Amino acid sequence: MTISIRSIEKKFGRYPALNKVDLEIADGELLALLGPSGSGKTTLLRTIAGLEFPDAGQVLFDGEDVTFASAAARRVGFVFQQYALFKHMTVAKNIAFGLDVRKGKDKPDKAEIGRRVEALLKLVELEGLGKRYPSQLSGGQRQRVALSRALAVQPSVLLLDEPFGALDATVRKSLRKELRRVHDATGVTTIFVTHDQEEALELADRVAILNKGQIEQIGTPDQVHEEPETAFVCGFVGEANCFDGRVGGGRFSAGALQLPASGLRDGSATAYVRPHDFVLDDAGFEVRVDRAHVQGALTTVNATTLDGRPLEISASRAEAARFAGTVRISARKAHVYAA
Amino acid sequence: MSVARSHRRATDDPAWTKAVIIGVVMLFLALVLVLPLVAVFVEALRKGAGAALAAITNPDALAAVKLTLLTAVIAVPFNAVFGLCAAWAIAKHDFPGKAFLITLIDLPFSVSPVVAGLIYVLVFGLQGWFGEWLLDHDLKIIFAVPGIVLATIFVTFPFVARELIPLMQEQGTSEEEAAVSMGAGGLTTFWRVTAPNVRWGLLYGVLLCNARAMGEFGAVSVVSGHIRGLTNTMPLHVEILYNEYDFVGAFAVAALLCLLAVVTLVLKTALEVAQPGVRGRGGH
Repeated sequence: MTISIRSIEKKFGRYPALNKVDLEIADGELLALLGPSGSGKTTLLRTIAGLEFPDAGQVLFDGEDVTFASAAARRVGFVFQQYALFKHMTVAKNIAFGLDVRKGKDKPDKAEIGRRVEALLKLVELEGLGKRYPSQLSGGQRQRVALSRALAVQPSVLLLDEPFGALDATVRKSLRKELRRVHDATGVTTIFVTHDQEEALELADRVAILNKGQIEQIGTPDQVHEEPETAFVCGFVGEANCFDGRVGGGRFSAGALQLPASGLRDGSATAYVRPHDFVLDDAGFEVRVDRAHVQGALTTVNATTLDGRPLEISASRAEAARFAGTVRISARKAHVYAA
Repeated sequence: MSVARSHRRATDDPAWTKAVIIGVVMLFLALVLVLPLVAVFVEALRKGAGAALAAITNPDALAAVKLTLLTAVIAVPFNAVFGLCAAWAIAKHDFPGKAFLITLIDLPFSVSPVVAGLIYVLVFGLQGWFGEWLLDHDLKIIFAVPGIVLATIFVTFPFVARELIPLMQEQGTSEEEAAVSMGAGGLTTFWRVTAPNVRWGLLYGVLLCNARAMGEFGAVSVVSGHIRGLTNTMPLHVEILYNEYDFVGAFAVAALLCLLAVVTLVLKTALEVAQPGVRGRGGH
């Protein structure tokens, strides 16, 4: 199932939640919608699901206009942020619900529904828990039930709203792998919303970064991390030191920090340097080391430039001893954006 | 309280403050609630159980009991259905005039029951708007059973809705959205998802509604006409007997009403024990 979003607009009162959003999603893709809260990512997901209807624009499933089709007609599987499991039904009934509410000959018989439920429980590794109620499950188990319930209707697209938001860190990690595995096993086009860049970068084939109701950049995790197209993406994805300065004659300068900035007009600008892109360099500028501490394989260094700008450097463990007193560093890579 | 000293929390008050406050509350409850309740039963049995039983089985008393039960049987289901619909509309949907509807539901709580009764007299009474038309068609509402039922419905209107609105609002709409996204229609979603989630709250609201429906005095008094054996409900019958200095009779019927109330309270408490989630919500 390919999905095309064409200049979707959506306002809540006078607040624009989505502002001319365009997005193409390939068949079988696992796409992350990444952005801070209020960026419109959940609204976009709900618009694709048919739980929200846009003020303008089109949603196409396989080239067919479904902009105002109901959620049921679109055959989407939706996993809600707090799972929205039916509290008064067992796990098995929850999963069977989508099949159970079908009418006439679309409705599989009881034995068939039972088989499908068993298969889904097996897929998410919850065999034997079909008779439990949601309140008797852990957070991670509820998440798996929500996932298999969404898959039960054999959806053309699987949509997940902050699927791991309510879980603790270890469960979150294992469920990420789980989602990837389920996605690869079923091959269903999958879109998930997250504000956690690590989650998006680790799990998704492509990441769409939203800010203030617009898509700032779409690309592979590597692309958005290494070649951020806008200052927002650079600041939001991965860690970065931020320097306000000026561009003049093709060079950016902020105090002692000098960077090439060809192609940018003269004027004020902002430069972003990843902590691991600062390297020790005798030809570089001077910084005073405030603190260097070893953390696993890496050394994290907090330093201050001579004109008082704080910055963070990430170096290898072996280099820890060299960061003491005043050192000279330079940036081997930087992203400069006109302000 | 048998709280060990090591378990004292920062919010715990000194023992004597606690003792004084609890003592005052207990004394107040004994004086205002328990004493009158005991008095009702003592007065009813003053001339023996036989006299009390005779007062209850008197034909007029039996007619009053029947009328009270009939009124409750009509008014409570009506308000249960209405309350469920109203709560569903208000909690799960947005529409113009929603705030007005919420205010309207509260109206019976804020208006004096006597005024509520007078409204019906004004509308359906002989001198009222529809008085002549009703007379021409030989329909009796005021000083008859329909008036009593209408007045009771009006007064007990808010109980179920008030109980369910906060409950439904708290539950939000995500379960309904989940059901709809899996292909369930509106009715299926309501019966299989919304209704089961509020069944305990609904039962609680129905119990409160029933207690009030059986006990209502003011509004019913205005529209009833106090015709013995015909339009007297139990509370009205108690008043008549009392005014006629038939204290044993008055208190015997009152004791019966109290028993009905006690049964309701026991059911309510049993419900709370069985389902700790349903405790005292709503604004009353």
